[in-house]
Parts: sequence; structure tokens; C-alpha cells
Amino acid sequence: MSAKKTHKFYGHGIPRVQAEDLGGKLIVVEGADGSGRSTQIAELVNWLETSGRPTAQVGLKRSTLVSEELEKAQDGNVLSRTTLSLFYATDFADQLENIIIPALKAGFIVLADRYIYTLMARDMVRGMDDKWLKNLYGIAPVPDAVFYLSVEPEELVQRNLSKNARLDYWESGMDLGLSRDVFESFLKYQFAIQNAFKVMQKTYGFDIVDANRSANAVNKELRKKISSVLDKE
Amino acid sequence: MKTFAEMNFPGRLIAVEGLDGSGKSTQIYLLKRWLEAEGIKVYFSEWNSSELVKSATSKGKKRELLTPTTFSLIHATDFADRYERHLVPLLRAGYIVLCDRYVFTAFARDVTRGCPPDWVRGNYSFACAPDLTMFFKADLEVSLNRILEGRPKLKFFEAGMDLRLSTDPYESFKIFQGRILDQYLAMSKEFNFVIMDANENVEKQQVLVRKLVSEKIDLKKFKRKSPLPLPPSLVNDRDEKDELEDKAA
Repeated sequence: MSAKKTHKFYGHGIPRVQAEDLGGKLIVVEGADGSGRSTQIAELVNWLETSGRPTAQVGLKRSTLVSEELEKAQDGNVLSRTTLSLFYATDFADQLENIIIPALKAGFIVLADRYIYTLMARDMVRGMDDKWLKNLYGIAPVPDAVFYLSVEPEELVQRNLSKNARLDYWESGMDLGLSRDVFESFLKYQFAIQNAFKVMQKTYGFDIVDANRSANAVNKELRKKISSVLDKE
Repeated sequence: MKTFAEMNFPGRLIAVEGLDGSGKSTQIYLLKRWLEAEGIKVYFSEWNSSELVKSATSKGKKRELLTPTTFSLIHATDFADRYERHLVPLLRAGYIVLCDRYVFTAFARDVTRGCPPDWVRGNYSFACAPDLTMFFKADLEVSLNRILEGRPKLKFFEAGMDLRLSTDPYESFKIFQGRILDQYLAMSKEFNFVIMDANENVEKQQVLVRKLVSEKIDLKKFKRKSPLPLPPSLVNDRDEKDELEDKAA
């Protein structure tokens, strides 16, 4: 049996960081807006912390370095594809180096509310080169578990509308010009994103969780699976 | 890496590279003035100048938040923004685009900071190669003196202080620039740099620059078909003159 399980990077990794120094656990929850990601993560953090485990959280567009600028740029929809893609990669890298890496070094459980897969799926749908994306995100550590909360696009529409009474421009992929009708664009875009996840599933081996069910049922399944990841220590 | 000519762009891109203080910016500025005077469609773009990304970059630099990885990515973002929104459309419209620094600056700097060369090059692989890259090679001492004489306060990242080469910014800057120069020289063949002697006097260098450019690029193809619109003050003059001529006729 191997003594201590350490992490690996998908590619080159990052300068000055040794993969062997990374302990802890990295757990990723992926899924569209309305898939219940945030609810699930809040529940998981609550569960882990009450059972005495230190956690850290990251998510998209939360970096000190570029989150504000990224938000501004998106509001105006002025950035082109490669630029937006690199801007998001910068946002990810900043959180990676300032939160994920130090937390893993300290043996924390890091919960990522979306990870490089969403970023890659969005870019794949927009026609970016696979190889380019793989190289770019070679800086990312391989997580200990990735859960993809899968919800049918029709159900996502219902959930998003009941929450916000509107569909988000970007989550509807309106920049792609799939349809001028937001409702139709949302369905088409979410379908395309799910396909991209299916393609990536073969390479990255996500655990696909049926999130059409109640939040409780989903959380039960997640806890069970995460427990077995944590028991591996 | 293919050039814009090889990718059948109607425009051409000329890049200058070199250390800070090598005099490359002066040379490309004089080149721009000449091309403009010749009535050629020309556009100038500078490293690290995209409006959108600039505020993030300067925040990162001021607060010393950047790591080699984020330093590299934020500059790649800046470059991509200028590339996709300015350079590509202009090159498709048949412009001569002049770049004060191009991807090679990232290749040299980021690798010096410890980023893997393949990773950096991969990130910039969306960009075509310049049709002409002039590398201004001055003796390290000459470049250092030009910078250190005129601008005594060195910025943190500019001096490579993040690399912990020395606690003295001047010492750090010298070591850092020396390493960047090594990186430049190591890639100069691979990317067809034309090496310019930057120790030579400015006028002589410019004569050479203009000669090189006109040999490499058939400049008459890039002339404006219609003259640039005149400033409003002159437009009014011309209207009056035209009216007079009309009356005379």
C-alpha cells in the first residue's frame, strides 16, 4: 500500500510548487446555474466543518486579482473569445496559487464551486482548440473527486426562472448567436455544454450525479461518495 | 508558427524586441513616422496597453500580487485583447502593424521567471509570427546604464524582485535583464530575428531599419487609396477655395 497519497498536475503544473507537497483533498462540484451547486456546497461545508474538518472554498470569478475587471468586461460583452478565456484562466490561477495550493499544503479539504471543466466546456462550445485548452489548464491539480450535477435543460429553465424570473445572458450563450430568443438559446446552449461535459467525461472521469432529484437526496449521495474519498487516507 | 504573409493576410506585422533601454521604442517610432509620411496605412501597438486588462495588471503589480503564472496569464490576456480586437482586423484590412514587443517578450520573461517554455508558447499559439522581427541587441552594460541613469526608482516586477535574485533592486535588475537577454538570444534563430546593432548611433540604425523594411515588404501596396480626411480647420479653407474655383468656372 502506498503511504501518503499526494496530488498530481494535469500538465506542467506551476513554478515553485511541488505536487508532493500537496496534501488535503480537492473536491470539485460542477454543474449549470440552477443545478443546485451552491446549495450542495454550503451543505457539504457545514457537514465537514461540524465533523471537525477544515475547509476552503473557491469558485469562478472570485479572485482578488481580476474578478472586478472580468465582471466589467462581461457586462459590456466587449472581449473576444481568446481574451475572455485567458482572463478566466488568470482568475483561476490567482485562486489556485493563493487559496487552493496553500490550503492543500495545510491539509484542508478544498471545495471548488466549478473548476477548469466548466471553463473548458464553455470554450469548447465556442470553438476553441482542445490542445490549447489542455496546455493552458495544465497548471491545475487533479482533484480527488469531481461531481457533475446533471439536470435536464428543461428543468434548468424552470429552476432559473422560478429563482430570478429571467435567464442569464451568458448562461444562455447569447454571445454565440444560436437564437435571438433567450429561451431557445438557453436550451440549445445548455444542451451543447452538457455534450461538452460528456466528451470530457471520458478523459477526466467525472462522477455524474443525477440532480433532477431533491436537494436532500443529492446531498446524501455526495456525502456518501465524499466519505469514501476521505477514508482513503 | 506561421507569419501573417504565410496565412494570406493582406497586412504585414513588424515587431521590435530587445531589453529595456535597447532603444527599440525610438526606432519603431521613427519607422512609424516615416511610413505615415509615405502615406502608408500603419498602426502602432504597444505591449501591455489593453484598456480593459490594464487596471488588473497595475493592481497586481502595485500590490505585488502576481506569481510567475498569473504574471504570464495576465499579459497573455492583454495581448489577446489587442490581438483579437485591433491587430487581426487591421491586418485583414491591409495595414502595416508595428508592435513594440510581441510574444517573444513573454517567451523570454516568463521563462526567466520559471514558467515552462512549452506552456508559455502554447498559450500564445493563437498568434501568427511577425513578418519581420528586429531584435535590438545592445551590450548589457549599455542598456543597464540607459535605464539606471534616467530612472533611478525601479518597480518591483520590472527589477525582477519577485525572483529573489538580490535584495538590492539594482543588482536584481542587472541579473534579471542578463537572463532575459540569454533567453532572447537562445530563440533568435528559431524565430528568425534580424539582429540589429543597438550600440550604433540612432540615425544610422534608423537608415538600416527603413532599408530592411522596404526590402522585406513591398510598401507601395500598403498606400492609402484615398487621402486621410483633413482636420476641420483645413476642410473649411478648402470649401471656400472650392467655392471660389466653382465661381470662376
